[in-house]
Amino acid sequence: MDWFYAKGILILSGINLMAVLGLSLLTGFTGLFSFGHAGFMAIGAYAAAFIGVNLGLPLIVSLLAGGLVAGIVSLFIGRFTLKLKGDYFCIATLGFGEAIRLVLDNVQVFGGARGWPGIPIRIDLWNVVLINLAGIVFMISLVNSRHGRNMIAIREEELAAKTIGIDTFRYKMISLFTSAVYAGIAGGLVGYYTGFLQPKMFGMTKSTELTIIVIFGGIGSVSGSVLGALLLTALPELLRAFALWRLVAYGVAVIFIMISRPEGLMGGKEITFRGILRAVGFGHKHSKAREV
Amino acid sequence: MTQFLQQMINGLSIGSVYALMAVGYSLVYSIMNFSNFAHGGVIMLGAYFGFYFLAVFKWPFVFAFFGAALGSTVLAVLLERVAYKPLRMRNAPFLYFIISAMGASILIENFVIATIGPTFKTYPQVLSREPFQIGALFVGRLDTMIFVTSAVCLALLVYFIDFTKVGKAIRATAFNARVSALMGINTDMIIILVFAVGGFLAGVAGVLFGMKYTVYPQIGAVTIKSFIAAVFGGLGSLPGAVIGSVILGLLETLISGYFSSQFRDLISFSLLIIILVFRPIGLMGKPSEEKA
Repeated sequence: MDWFYAKGILILSGINLMAVLGLSLLTGFTGLFSFGHAGFMAIGAYAAAFIGVNLGLPLIVSLLAGGLVAGIVSLFIGRFTLKLKGDYFCIATLGFGEAIRLVLDNVQVFGGARGWPGIPIRIDLWNVVLINLAGIVFMISLVNSRHGRNMIAIREEELAAKTIGIDTFRYKMISLFTSAVYAGIAGGLVGYYTGFLQPKMFGMTKSTELTIIVIFGGIGSVSGSVLGALLLTALPELLRAFALWRLVAYGVAVIFIMISRPEGLMGGKEITFRGILRAVGFGHKHSKAREV
Repeated sequence: MTQFLQQMINGLSIGSVYALMAVGYSLVYSIMNFSNFAHGGVIMLGAYFGFYFLAVFKWPFVFAFFGAALGSTVLAVLLERVAYKPLRMRNAPFLYFIISAMGASILIENFVIATIGPTFKTYPQVLSREPFQIGALFVGRLDTMIFVTSAVCLALLVYFIDFTKVGKAIRATAFNARVSALMGINTDMIIILVFAVGGFLAGVAGVLFGMKYTVYPQIGAVTIKSFIAAVFGGLGSLPGAVIGSVILGLLETLISGYFSSQFRDLISFSLLIIILVFRPIGLMGKPSEEKA
């Protein structure tokens, strides 16, 4: 396997990771399920590409702008759907994701269903890694802050969270907004990496894939999401030889995880520096109490 | 006017197939409170069973028809045993059921692609293409058969649910599974039964759908329409599912007939979002008890 191929897989993992980090906040930490995150990716992708190509802004600005557009759209969606019960919210996001794709299919400015070629390729491994590191650091500090704890409280028991004075609607909105910004940035990365955008890339399959990665990595664990994104993006690529059967195996694996290890790889735990030290024999045993 | 009536006939035909699929979603939702996204896979395999019995094994149509329906029944029950029962035993939250369903649907779709192949299959011609003529209207024999078969199946279903003892047990379980279990209803059997009934109707729908269009592994994606219809009518409500399906079928044919088929799916998904925003319980759904 040559370096160019490996680099491609790493970049794809990084792009997925960005979207998964956002979804991890929404699903893993706030307990809201979304089957429409590919829709936010699509909005971010087209917005970022449009801004970069037509206004000639630098990469990072257009990516952030793409994320912001996706975030603003999510505020509209959330305003109406976050009051719904859990599973209805999930269905609404499914409808939203598909609707976005179908709208883009008919917007001829962006090439409609045929796609939009000729976006300048500005992504390399180093900037994907940098963007992801920034994303991970921000996410970790968010989930460990007061706001993150409020979101976890909503996931655990919404009624109780409300009773102790958490504005649950507002925190759900913040969670949805943040996750949409992450998805939007991930979408922007897709456009600037492949140089080509097509609404088909952001279908329900993509949304499902993201959700499955979050579950696989483990609900409520940032490091789990990172591991999940790296493994589940790389594995199908490495299994290319079994082309037809790998997705069958993927489906089996998903069911198997759900019925045997629903907490996923990491399930609420994090890989911490101190934990690694302890695992290799350094560090103090009594530090465990502080971590929990 | 003639054109309008002609469109209405086409709409009724496709709407009645949607209804057969939608009641499957609704039945499962009414008992288990989750959206069984693997239902599309069962419908797709029903269509393939019918195709193989008819075109390859050369069975007479009636045998092939019931063979396909029975095949889907077995498959749906198997699906419940493998993918959902372990979750039920644990009282897992609804999102695990949905992920498991997604895994099952990926598994079924790709299993068919890997074994049979992704190509389109066309049913052998069973009915003459010569349409009935009523005044200036042409009613296809196939459309008539689809409508009549669906109507008979739905009538039998209504009889079964509303007028038999087992049907009463199903309604009781849908109303409150725990109390029903305390009253001596074997809820595990009821769930198997519900999956069997849903699977049977899915098989019938698959064959009818395959006869009207073609058979291919992604039929499952089309069945998301019937899911919209189920939400539109009110998830968990059987009359709602039927009415929602007929309205959606009519709406779709009228839009593609008078406007543009490109916007058909967009309007379906927009309808889903609008319904969820303004009337999440759908046309005939039960108001759900909101906890907070």
